[in-house]
Amino acid sequence: MLKKNGDRDAGLSRRSLLGSGLALGGAAVAGATGATEVARAAEGGNPANLPPNVADWSKVLGDGVAVRPYGKPSKHEAHVVRRDVEWLTASRESSVSFTPLHELDGIITPNGLCFERHHSGIAELDPNDYRLMLHGLVDKPLMFTLQDLERLPRTNRIYFAECAANSGMEWRGAQMNACQFTHGMIHNVMYTGVPLKVLLDEAGLKPNAKWLLLEGADSAAMTRSLPLQKALDDCLIAFRMNGERLRPENGYPVRICVPGWEANMWVKWLRRIEIGDQPWHHREETSKYTDLLENGKARRFTYVMDAKSVITNPSPQAPLRHKKGFTILSGLAWSGRGKVARVDVSLDGGRNWRTARIDGPVLDKSLVRFYAEFDWDGRELFLQSRAMDETGYVQPTKSELRKVRGVNSVYHNNGIQTWRVSPEGEVENVEIS
Amino acid sequence: MSRFRELAVLLAVALIGGGSLAVVTIASAQSGKPPAKEAPGKPAAKETPAKETTASPAAAPAATKVKYGVGREAKPEEIAGWDIDVRPDGQGLPPGKGTARKGEALFVEQCASCHGEFGESAGRWPVLAGGAGTLASHDPVKTIGSYWPYASTVIDYVRRAMPFGNAQSLSGDDLYAIVAYVLYLNDVITDQDLELSDKTFPTVKLSNEANFFDDDREVSEKSFWKKDPCMTNCAAGTPTVLGRARSIDVTPEDGKGPRVE
Repeated sequence: MLKKNGDRDAGLSRRSLLGSGLALGGAAVAGATGATEVARAAEGGNPANLPPNVADWSKVLGDGVAVRPYGKPSKHEAHVVRRDVEWLTASRESSVSFTPLHELDGIITPNGLCFERHHSGIAELDPNDYRLMLHGLVDKPLMFTLQDLERLPRTNRIYFAECAANSGMEWRGAQMNACQFTHGMIHNVMYTGVPLKVLLDEAGLKPNAKWLLLEGADSAAMTRSLPLQKALDDCLIAFRMNGERLRPENGYPVRICVPGWEANMWVKWLRRIEIGDQPWHHREETSKYTDLLENGKARRFTYVMDAKSVITNPSPQAPLRHKKGFTILSGLAWSGRGKVARVDVSLDGGRNWRTARIDGPVLDKSLVRFYAEFDWDGRELFLQSRAMDETGYVQPTKSELRKVRGVNSVYHNNGIQTWRVSPEGEVENVEIS
Repeated sequence: MSRFRELAVLLAVALIGGGSLAVVTIASAQSGKPPAKEAPGKPAAKETPAKETTASPAAAPAATKVKYGVGREAKPEEIAGWDIDVRPDGQGLPPGKGTARKGEALFVEQCASCHGEFGESAGRWPVLAGGAGTLASHDPVKTIGSYWPYASTVIDYVRRAMPFGNAQSLSGDDLYAIVAYVLYLNDVITDQDLELSDKTFPTVKLSNEANFFDDDREVSEKSFWKKDPCMTNCAAGTPTVLGRARSIDVTPEDGKGPRVE
């Protein structure tokens, strides 16, 4: 159906035209709610749109400017979404959704795809009613509005936020057959915010100040104890991600960034910071986010996320469709201890390694993107990646981790992931010897 | 509004660019009071007392750190309303008192639909009681009695976040009664009529406290720091598949996620 020119003022009729256009032209899409297959059909497609024919979109006018005032991805990318695992938690409000890592490239996570982890659902704050209270062992307790925070010197930093439980379902063996579910509790965005140190200086710390309590404004009133040293180092009171305001599900209007440390500490909807002389031992640092070892004892305050990596493509949701020939392997690596120094990849389950090519920015406590190109001869592959960071830490195998920790730790599983690629190009999550 | 923003941005740029601008300069820049003039109705302006924005340079010399004079003093009653945290040493305990006997009825009414009448849990909701002696087993049951190190965490958490969906609704007395009942279910207290209060609560101890230790990865996992990780012939033979996610079959299938418009 042709769209007529000159109906700029007839917003409604224009929209209904658009709608019918979709209904008619959507036949090819209708059969493929699982748009993955369509997007992946390398040599498929509708012959009417292929040479020598001229496709409709080469003849008619498309939407004008601002018809899409806040742009969304192409409808053909409808499969690129956060997903959740229903059986994992008792309720959606205290649960997690996963970033579709296998559909992304580069290092920046689009805001709408950043994984979510809430403990009492998404708090919907009115920015006019936002307050940040800073009190306790300070010279002067302070209250900030959002406008106040925006009047303080700010910085822009790219950091990853990884849930402590990322890959936690894999402690006892290969369980989730998807990169999104094995590694998708992570996102990496550019935050704009005020260094926490600026606020602490503003209030003035008492000499016995040693710990901070961070508290959210949601109905979980999420709290964590933060050592003062980290607070003075690189924590940010962030109000923007990737340029725009934080998304509600990521803490709108204000969250804290605790670079390199488990994302549970990145308290969202931050409403209160109390300064004290000892940790609070609250629920999220006793019952949760403590790591049970085989002997029944448990580590606490395991803040840092160790060096880790994963091959995002190919992976179970992104099989190799081209059969033999030149093949690009792509993945992500990161470390909470600093910069990624190197990533190695193996095609044979860790027997032999080659160093991958890191492309794009290599930043402190941020994701890096790596690639390894190879000529696939069509044989079965066992793909692995191994990250090293600037401290010399080398990402361990899962069995090395289990040797130290057992299988009941829940958190901090940074073991090397193996994908088996079949001769048909299917990819699956496996554990190998 | 937009002019106010411009001014704020300019100020921020000046501060960052200037690096070590004198406090005096900042204070005088602040004394222009752009918010009050430009946006008298805005909360920021309303809440900033004039005497703070015009803070005299004399107030600053003690600190070597830059002060921007942004934000206002938090009032004691504001802090009292939001300051709900409780520590193991008893700091922050709210006033109140209660017994397990009184807490049982409240628990059945407010908590049991998710946690079960005896803290055993309904469905997938958290188990609150039991699990003693299971921590070193293949199936550890981590409850308040078996795992949690401090009773203060129970009262703090119930106070701030429970009941799920109706948080911060319990009175001080109801809070102590419910927590007493939960501790009774865990055999932490054995007398249903023992009265817990802000005075007595710090004496309640849980049995697993000593089994937590601070992160020791840099020592216990020192072997993960390697100079030259193996690059060739690192293991013998071809890989054997020991386990596959596909055979467990619990992965949500592609396309079964939430629908997107």
